[in-house]
Amino acid sequence: MSIETLFGLCAAALVGIGLYGLIVLAHPLRKIIAFNVMGTGVFVLFGALGRRGAAAGLLADPVPQALLITAIVVAFAASALAVALIVRLIEATDSASLASDPPDEASA
Amino acid sequence: MTGGIVSLAIVLLLLALALWAVLVRDAFLAIAGFVAYGLLLSLVWVRLYGIDVALTEAAIGGGLTGAMLIGAVARLRGTEASSRSERSGVGLHILALLLSLGLAATLALCVMVLPDPAPTLAPQVSQNMAVTGVGNPITGVLLAFRALDTLLEAIVLVIGLIGVWSLAPDRFWGGRPGLRHEADPDGILAYFARLLPPLGIIFALYIFWAGADHPGGKFQSATILAAMWMLVLMAGLADTPRIGHRGLRVGIVIGPLAFIAIGVLGLFSAGALLAYPEEWAKPMIVVVEVALLPTLTLILGLLLAGPPLRFDRGSAA
Repeated sequence: MSIETLFGLCAAALVGIGLYGLIVLAHPLRKIIAFNVMGTGVFVLFGALGRRGAAAGLLADPVPQALLITAIVVAFAASALAVALIVRLIEATDSASLASDPPDEASA
Repeated sequence: MTGGIVSLAIVLLLLALALWAVLVRDAFLAIAGFVAYGLLLSLVWVRLYGIDVALTEAAIGGGLTGAMLIGAVARLRGTEASSRSERSGVGLHILALLLSLGLAATLALCVMVLPDPAPTLAPQVSQNMAVTGVGNPITGVLLAFRALDTLLEAIVLVIGLIGVWSLAPDRFWGGRPGLRHEADPDGILAYFARLLPPLGIIFALYIFWAGADHPGGKFQSATILAAMWMLVLMAGLADTPRIGHRGLRVGIVIGPLAFIAIGVLGLFSAGALLAYPEEWAKPMIVVVEVALLPTLTLILGLLLAGPPLRFDRGSAA
């Protein structure tokens, strides 16, 4: 198996793991981590495709690689915004629940 | 053969760490796993011949994201227990499992039947690199061939920072982000915060300048500068600036504004938005890079610091 296929399959598994965590984890901070795992899975897949595009003396297609750098920076900014939202949510409602009707709201 | 074994080991470790980050009970342990995962991921980029991506991943994906998540989990301690009580039911778990497996299997199937030969833009980049005046094809793509992406990215970062700031309680608008850090002025943290930044700044500027012809560039450089800044803040040697400070705001928007100005200039001098006139490509790229460096450094650092929480130099209200 070529290295691109190996990392491509790894990427597919990472996307699956991330999606599972995103759905079943209750705490919003954990959802952000899971979403990041899912996102990096997409990145790795993209990187594997870029490596397949090696040509003209370049060891990988530089276009997807440049877009990956952009993507990593934007993913950080998006995570920072999500974390700030969650911290604010929890400070405002004293609850880490994302449910529309938090179970402990009545007691709060 | 050895290369294949190394790759396989990286893949297995990566999958184990991803599972750990998702499944482990304690949020702090999950984040610790995620930081290791980010660093291991940079090895994946090395294996895929993306040294520039590896540098960015190690600095931002592993470093900055990890620091941000650790800061968040420290503030959110105690909320984990309550959210555990609303764990989703068995039915949802099974559905999520099926959905995830289905998605992963579909992607895996796509990977197995990828077209051959693979589509690539490498020859076009290779042919046109000479006119950009830079030697690193990644830099050429980021600042010449796909300059629009990079411009929009810089604007997205500014918008992201505005989004984070706008989460400030009204009374702290214009104040200082984050909590004031206190550290022993004679302790090891303060010592390193005095020792490392000069070296870090030189290293960052080297990475910045080398990015024209070698792996590196403004993103990696800005991350190192932001990390040095964070170190100084955490050691209590300096405080975060007020977000209302005019100089700070100028620094934040200077990169995108200079980029747009040069882009519009291209309309007249080269006939297209974001086009560079012949012979002037390299100087134009350098101007854009130099203008983006303070913008990226400030935004990365301030995204990490979070929304403004206080005005005074003392503890948070």
